Amino acid sequence: MRWIRRNLVALAGLLTLAYMILPNIVVMVFSFNKPNGRFNYAWQRFSLDAWKDPCGVADLCGSLTLSLQIAAWATLGATLLGTMIAFALVRYRFRARGSINSLIFLPMAMPEVVMAASLLTLFLNMGAELGFWTVLIAHIMFCLSFVVTAVKARVMSMDPRLEEASRDLYAGPVQTFVRVTLPIAAPGIAAGALLAFALSFDDFIITNFNAGSTVTFPMFVWGSAQRGTPVQINVIGTAMFIIAVLVVVAGQIVTNRRKKSATS
Amino acid sequence: MSTSTLTKEEETAPAGAPVTRKPSTRKRLVPYWLLLPGILWLLVFFALPMVYQASTSVQTGSLEKGFEVTWHFQTYWDAFQEYWPQFVRSLLYAGTATLLCLLLGYPLAYLIAFKAGRWRNLLLVLVIAPFFTSFLIRTLAWKTILADDSLVVDALNALHVLDVTSWLGWTEGDRVLATPMAVVCGLTYNFLPFMILPLYTSLERIDGRLHEAAKDLYASPATTFRKVTFPLSMPGVVSGTLLTFIPASGDYVNAELLGSTDTKMVGNVIQSQFLRVLDYPTAAALSFILMAIVLLMVTVYIRRAGTEDLV
Repeated sequence: MRWIRRNLVALAGLLTLAYMILPNIVVMVFSFNKPNGRFNYAWQRFSLDAWKDPCGVADLCGSLTLSLQIAAWATLGATLLGTMIAFALVRYRFRARGSINSLIFLPMAMPEVVMAASLLTLFLNMGAELGFWTVLIAHIMFCLSFVVTAVKARVMSMDPRLEEASRDLYAGPVQTFVRVTLPIAAPGIAAGALLAFALSFDDFIITNFNAGSTVTFPMFVWGSAQRGTPVQINVIGTAMFIIAVLVVVAGQIVTNRRKKSATS
Repeated sequence: MSTSTLTKEEETAPAGAPVTRKPSTRKRLVPYWLLLPGILWLLVFFALPMVYQASTSVQTGSLEKGFEVTWHFQTYWDAFQEYWPQFVRSLLYAGTATLLCLLLGYPLAYLIAFKAGRWRNLLLVLVIAPFFTSFLIRTLAWKTILADDSLVVDALNALHVLDVTSWLGWTEGDRVLATPMAVVCGLTYNFLPFMILPLYTSLERIDGRLHEAAKDLYASPATTFRKVTFPLSMPGVVSGTLLTFIPASGDYVNAELLGSTDTKMVGNVIQSQFLRVLDYPTAAALSFILMAIVLLMVTVYIRRAGTEDLV
């Protein structure tokens, strides 16, 4: 009993963690299921069929490729535009700085449906054809603020004297930027890009409003929830989980190595 | 906090250009060129749509005949009168989910920040990793977890928890799926990482010596938490609750997948008005009301809780 009391916080924390991981475990387990009907909600029997043929469902892998494409372009666009804004905001003083800061903050303080719906009214009024381009535009828009925030945090903690030193050593502005500023800001930019990719790839609400008949991966999952979820969706969910964990762990190992080599 | 780097910038500008003491016009325009594309993007695809939405909300007409601006403000009143239960439900569900996220997330953030030791990175990975399986797939998994006669529901039944929750109106009989509890459970689950990460960041910044000092002054662990740890973690609490409450209040995925017609939130109404009923004025008015309510609540909350390093 005393042991429980002393470790109450740890126990509560681990219970929360279990709550967070539980659906991932269910997704994983049910990727080996062989359902009787169209719905994969009840366990029937073990099977590897879905793993052997992940693209066996019509349009599934097409939607996956489309989502990856959109996420890649949205990441590129949002990271580029966002990094520029972040640098301008941290490094320069100019009029309208306050209002620009609020313009950056507002998309993050707005329920997603509101943004999605208002963007749709714009596209309807302009007579734009809903599809790949409207989705891409929307994704760049909502990822932008997150990139700005991530890059800003990094640039703020940068020592401006490093750039001064570079200039004192007769490096031109371009050389200073490429050889000094960019490498130091890189982790922030990378974090922003990663965030943008994850947000874009997983976005459903804004895409739901502005995609027309274009089907991204989240849209496919949404549609399948009504028509019957193929087991392959669980396979892809599991694969995504495993790949993500591997990427994060690899990143950890690299940074640890760097830290070690930096200290020794 | 940004002022120090800004004043530095002023000093560096002349150092880089020894010929002209004052920065040239070209140089003064640099920040504007940097801002231009991104800000233009936000103005055209974020601010302008709001204007279009405002104009749509005061239009009348039909899809066949076309819509026209008639300054018909009645739409707002009608929409609110018809859908106020969904508004109340949204705020109630989102509020409950936010509170639950705080209660569930705090111990985990605390554990990672102070007690995890060498397990810290692993725990952080485990917090972030679920993010990478599409949230729709994970929400669908809750359908399995909360299904009738599932392990979880049977256990709750055996412990007579469902009797209590049914009496409170959160569940119905021995079912959990398609009840308010299922929706709140899904919302809580979906937004937990958004609570844990800011909490962790602000807890991790706390100087451990403050805890020692509190102990030296004979504060019990509970007092230390109440007087030292919790107040210092307020920035995390504020940004965590905002990051949870705002998206949760507009969400319609959880209510759609885990709820029933009796658990529809305002997001569900906006979605169906826009995409199925095609009554654009009502939909636009509803989403404007939601935006106004959320922005108002957020402003009041930030004033009250008062942290500056939010934006």
